[in-house]
Amino acid sequence: MKKIDLKCVGHSMRKIDGMAIAIGKPVYTEDLVMSNALVVKILRSPHAFAKINSIDLSRAEGVEGVECILTYKDVPAERFTLAGQSYPEPSPYDRLILDKIVRYVGDEVAIIAAVDEKTALMAMRKIKVDYEILEPVLDFEQAVGHSSVVHPEENLSCNFDIGLYREKNIASSFKEEVGDVEEEFKRCYEVVEDVYYPQAQAHAMMETYRAYTYLDHTGRLVVVTSTQIPFHIRRQLARALQIPSSKIRVMKPRIGGGFGGKQTGAVEGFAAIVTLKTGKPAISIYDRKETFSCTTSRHAMRLKVKVGADQEGIIRAIDMQVLSDTGAYGEHAATVLSCVGHYTLPLYNKTSAVRITGNAVYTNKMPAGAFRGYGATQGTFALESTVNKLAERLNMDPTEVRLKNISKEGETFLTGQGVQLRSTSLNRCIQKGKELIGWKEKFPRCEIGQNKVRAVGMAITMQGSGIANIGTTSVEIRLNDDGNFTLLSGATDMGHGCDTILTQMAAEILEIPMDNIIFVAGDTDTSPYDPGSYASSTTYVAGTATVKAAEDLKKKILEQGAKLLGVSLDEVEPNGLAVRTVKGDQEISLVKLAELTILGAGKLQLTGYATHGSEISPPPYVAGFAEVEVDQETGKVELIDYVAVVDCGTVINPNLARMQAEGGIAQGIGMALYEEVKYNDLGKMATNSFMQYKIPCRKDVGKVHVAFEESFEPTGPFGAKSIGEVVANTPPPAIAHAVYNAVRVRVTRLPITPEKVFFGMQKQ
Amino acid sequence: MQIKVTINGKMVTWDVEQDEFLMDTLRSHGLLSVKKACETSCCGLCTVWLEDKPVLSCSILSLRVHGKKITTIEGVPKDAEEFARVLTAEGAEQCGFCSPGFIMNVLAMKNELVNPSEEDIIHYLTGNLCRCTGYMGQLRAVKTYLGVLV
Repeated sequence: MKKIDLKCVGHSMRKIDGMAIAIGKPVYTEDLVMSNALVVKILRSPHAFAKINSIDLSRAEGVEGVECILTYKDVPAERFTLAGQSYPEPSPYDRLILDKIVRYVGDEVAIIAAVDEKTALMAMRKIKVDYEILEPVLDFEQAVGHSSVVHPEENLSCNFDIGLYREKNIASSFKEEVGDVEEEFKRCYEVVEDVYYPQAQAHAMMETYRAYTYLDHTGRLVVVTSTQIPFHIRRQLARALQIPSSKIRVMKPRIGGGFGGKQTGAVEGFAAIVTLKTGKPAISIYDRKETFSCTTSRHAMRLKVKVGADQEGIIRAIDMQVLSDTGAYGEHAATVLSCVGHYTLPLYNKTSAVRITGNAVYTNKMPAGAFRGYGATQGTFALESTVNKLAERLNMDPTEVRLKNISKEGETFLTGQGVQLRSTSLNRCIQKGKELIGWKEKFPRCEIGQNKVRAVGMAITMQGSGIANIGTTSVEIRLNDDGNFTLLSGATDMGHGCDTILTQMAAEILEIPMDNIIFVAGDTDTSPYDPGSYASSTTYVAGTATVKAAEDLKKKILEQGAKLLGVSLDEVEPNGLAVRTVKGDQEISLVKLAELTILGAGKLQLTGYATHGSEISPPPYVAGFAEVEVDQETGKVELIDYVAVVDCGTVINPNLARMQAEGGIAQGIGMALYEEVKYNDLGKMATNSFMQYKIPCRKDVGKVHVAFEESFEPTGPFGAKSIGEVVANTPPPAIAHAVYNAVRVRVTRLPITPEKVFFGMQKQ
Repeated sequence: MQIKVTINGKMVTWDVEQDEFLMDTLRSHGLLSVKKACETSCCGLCTVWLEDKPVLSCSILSLRVHGKKITTIEGVPKDAEEFARVLTAEGAEQCGFCSPGFIMNVLAMKNELVNPSEEDIIHYLTGNLCRCTGYMGQLRAVKTYLGVLV
């Protein structure tokens, strides 16, 4: 597919839903709720680990207006996973809607449904629970072999072996090794190593978790939910509620942000079971506290990284040992763990040996889940920090070490099973980034007086584009009776704009204005299957499916046009909203074509259809550069400038891509400098509001400059790769590097707080 | 209890509870642009105007606005759309959930500040959190809208 004279693709089209959501039209889940819906509230465990001996509902049930109260006795006994993953999920079936054992502070104990919120809360306070308190596993470094077993239940199961050792609190274990790492290290001129602790991070999307449920005119369960994964939610609910999935419809309206949080099921089951038990509509909305403390976060990890290089600075061996904290449930334990190496090791392919080993462990804390970056973020922090350390030891410029070692087009990498890299402009990204940040003048540091010093740092990163051989999506486009088009997709726009870019692609192929396409998505009753918006999939996977479906339909329209014009197929061409002869002497409008074909004698609804999954997951890249100012008296770090140069292949919509990049970088800045999910000694989350958990505000992000260095990915739609996740990864290592260059304090435990920098300077 | 208020130019009488917050009252009367997101007066999503000044409707008891004038984004559609067109031309609404509150504060700023500098703009809008955009696109949109040199 060549990039010539594109009319829609490559242009900064406004989002098709942009104006409505910007001015507050009622298009989000809560806006759609019927006024008679029952309000669902959840009684949660105050203990990190406990067994429920008894629950006394007598006083609560007597409250006027209470419709139902459910406990572990009222839910199906079949265990399930909330992971938003294609079936069969590589996730332990370790949950019940309500369980007799509670595994973290905030775990669900009872579901209360009442006529309004006040009544539900009043009833909730009248429930008496008798717990047998158990010794919790709170330190993830102590989880393996702890005397407490987080999941003692025998009926926990897995679809296949993910290295789960339940009695050892290991949810998943992983090992990948090519070559002999130990031998290779012996041959290296320089070997550096360190231990890193990237922290748990909260998604903090502005719209909290919520679902609204009711029974439709045929008695089927309808679930309107703010989710990234409608089809996975349908499957989860069928298993959790033990009803046929044909009896469930999941619809996704507009979503107020997801960032991976809404790739894990959350609130849906609680509203759904109330509707099934009462027959009444129900709404469950998590407040901010529940969103912080009763959903998921990024996996906190410990990573031991060792990198060896020869005298020229060529990296010969990499070893990563990972310990990941999956918390109380194991939804994304296995996959996030494997992605740590998957999305870091292929950066450097001059290696002779690489090894990654790791465990994801159960603890009695809020579960970890999917979060933009998905293991790559943690792995990038650890590996890139180590490579920066290596560069210093070798007395080489860190950008030069990257340029010498990165994978080039046409090359393979050790763990890549021979798959060739078909597109990368990472070398150009690095060069451009150096220019934009002023690397030559600023590296490594400069004193600016008043005890302040400025310095720069850098890191590179990659991600995937969809999940190879697993993420498969279908798209249907039809010509309507009025000559317009309907595009049916299962991709879920959570604000990032996939409804718009898929429409752009279809319009480009069909050579029609975007306004003539009606985009319908996110409804399991009408959408073709799509796994959902995660794993940086929509542009690359759903985009390719859209292109193929549009090409299919275009061919059918031309065939029909030729037939109606009485000429052969090679004598016609598209002409906007018409088909004409190449000679230009005859033309039929799509309106007329549709009338004659669909309404009338033609008896043929023209439909284009495609199912697409990729055998590869081409990596997008970012080179990130940070300039910081550190106060040597207080340790305060101020971010002055952040430059990110992005290779996402062809940029489908420059504005939306830039916004993805700037937003991802801001989240990365938050992770680097401000954010941390913290627990007290009893396992209760201490950071459950925006008062304690600081996300960056507009004064905290400095200036962020994003530039694109396009490459052309031959397997992607119009040459595109992904962008959604890769942009979140560079700030922690690049900022840590800049801080080190400023004051020689190497912060390995995120976030980089003034205290850590201050005490680091004291030790010198 | 009853309150009489002028909502978006229209006088209404509403029954409210003693402990009811303005945000909930507004939503319950169909003004669904007003979004709840933090419960701790931190995020700015519920911003409306009380007597033409921006306030957090999550932190004001409905009883307190008796006799007052309240404006939500539904009440200033022309101005809101004018700025929203600039905002969406940048792609800086992203998920859109924080946009109505943000727009109400931008419009208030336009009325309040004369020739604001970039620093003034950032300071005025600091209370409006956004998790999607990283703020740079919003800033570009505001500067374009106000004619501040980009």
